[in-house]
Amino acid sequence: MFIQVDRNPEPDLIDILINGTVYQVSAGISVAAALLQLGFKHNRQSLVSGSERGPYCMMGVCFECLVEINQVANQQACLTQVTGGMQIMSQQKERHIPLPAEQDSLAYNALEKAQKEQVNAN
Amino acid sequence: MQTDLAIVGAGPAGLAAAIEASALGLNVTLVDEQSRIGGQIYRNIEQQSLSKTAILGADYYAGIELAKAFNASNCQYINQASVWQLDSQGELYYSRENQTQSQAHSLKAKHILLASGAQERPFPIPGWTLPGVMTAGAAQILLKTSGVAAEGAVFAGSGPLLYLIVYQYIQAGIKVKALLDTTPKANYVNAIKHLDGALKGWQHIYKGLSLIKAIKAAGVSHIKGVKALEALATSNADTSANLAGPASLDKVHYTVGNRTVEIQTEHLFLHQGVVPNVNLAMASGCLHDWHQDQACWQPVLDEWGQSSQANISIIGDGAGIAGAQSAAYKGRLTAIHLAHTLGKISLEQRDNLSKRWRKHLNNELAFRPFLDALYLPPAHLRRPQQDDTLVCRCEEVSYGEIKSAIKQGCMGPNQLKSFTRCGMGPCQGRQCGLTVTEIMAYETQEQASDVGYYRVRAPIKPLNLGELASLDTSALEQEKT
Repeated sequence: MFIQVDRNPEPDLIDILINGTVYQVSAGISVAAALLQLGFKHNRQSLVSGSERGPYCMMGVCFECLVEINQVANQQACLTQVTGGMQIMSQQKERHIPLPAEQDSLAYNALEKAQKEQVNAN
Repeated sequence: MQTDLAIVGAGPAGLAAAIEASALGLNVTLVDEQSRIGGQIYRNIEQQSLSKTAILGADYYAGIELAKAFNASNCQYINQASVWQLDSQGELYYSRENQTQSQAHSLKAKHILLASGAQERPFPIPGWTLPGVMTAGAAQILLKTSGVAAEGAVFAGSGPLLYLIVYQYIQAGIKVKALLDTTPKANYVNAIKHLDGALKGWQHIYKGLSLIKAIKAAGVSHIKGVKALEALATSNADTSANLAGPASLDKVHYTVGNRTVEIQTEHLFLHQGVVPNVNLAMASGCLHDWHQDQACWQPVLDEWGQSSQANISIIGDGAGIAGAQSAAYKGRLTAIHLAHTLGKISLEQRDNLSKRWRKHLNNELAFRPFLDALYLPPAHLRRPQQDDTLVCRCEEVSYGEIKSAIKQGCMGPNQLKSFTRCGMGPCQGRQCGLTVTEIMAYETQEQASDVGYYRVRAPIKPLNLGELASLDTSALEQEKT
């Protein structure tokens, strides 16, 4: 467990969102430091095996602390400072990009749903 | 944008070079990846997170003078800038956060000075990817930037930084569970051969001994002669506090003699020295040599830090590990030299101005062979000992997979990428490259210098297409026509 040992000066507190929940953290610290301080051990799953990963080097060289920040994936949490209202999301294994066939079926499902709604409305 | 001298990195080397070069009349632009100046050693020096200065000690606060002098200079400073490419025309490309999306920029310089520092050497033990296992440098960064520390942590490995951070934890009143020291006994014997030089750096030795004494006095269990380490996960962890799943560090196994001991801990901080951060220099075509005494790559440089690329010089720990003070001296020397080559001062002025810095640097360097010999990590900790230990953290490639690729005829680190994807993840080989070179050298009975390294290419930081497309190329186009 990471604990606050000393702080100079007493920092301003800001609100951030982690996976949709609001937390208060000190202004001026990195996203990775905020996660560790709040007791989060993991921020993502590895791309190949899906094993849990947390911050490792804290200086931008290991890329273990990747998170989604304000809808942009793969941001280095240790190099990004927290800002008020920042939305941080953990990352699950690899990013899912729908294949063309899936996209077609997604579009088809959407169309079907819209048609049904139309029928119901009538 | 145009500048005489572009410096990459705001640690002691970059800051000292910027101060000196701008004082000699050069137009200087300093770009750095962090939010604030200081590099890793003086991290957050301008916005110190701790009120008690005894925790980080005088060596840290020595950075204040450098920071003040830099702020008083008329250097341009660009923070949070991630440099991803240099070209032979002196063009430097970087990305910088711009509200919602990173924006790519370019900067044209007459000369580029790389001061991108060092990183911690990979420490590939079983379980080193488990959450809760971090580097000792990471523990120190957390202390410097946020004033936080981990209670009941285990520190393992060897090297001055490891003792320093344990000492700093003690000063902060944080309980350290154990210091597992992997320095081999043979290293003490090898180091004695360099005692002559070591005596010139007596104040460093005095500091080191007092750190170790303080660690002992604080009652930290300091276990010497550790031969093997393993990080293990808990099987039935409480998942409530976790973002992505259950597994995290629960215990550490260490081997002394032929006895293996278990320690319960949530935090293991590993460290076995630092090595030059070579990616930017290699991707820019600067030649590197294998440095046997430090078991790492080092750029080929002349006495003024000039690399094999005409418009690139390298200073600081990225030029070869020599510590913060040497880094600043090298920065001054190279800046003075460049002020001469760029026409601001005469050769005679260069020689006069550089004299005292050269003397300081030589004094510092006299001490290095002793330190290198004492803290060279043993080969059995630089290479994994078990087949299932991960070497490449990003693509999750194990030692066993690398061995089988070698058996199948894989010719070198670069071809290993095609065989296994080793080194092809987002860290771009920073956490596996050295281990791969050493594994291949060992398995094929070749010299590391013959095995070589990955061919590192720009962009040296992951760059998305939107970012790349945001680069304003109008100035570049104009120049060509």
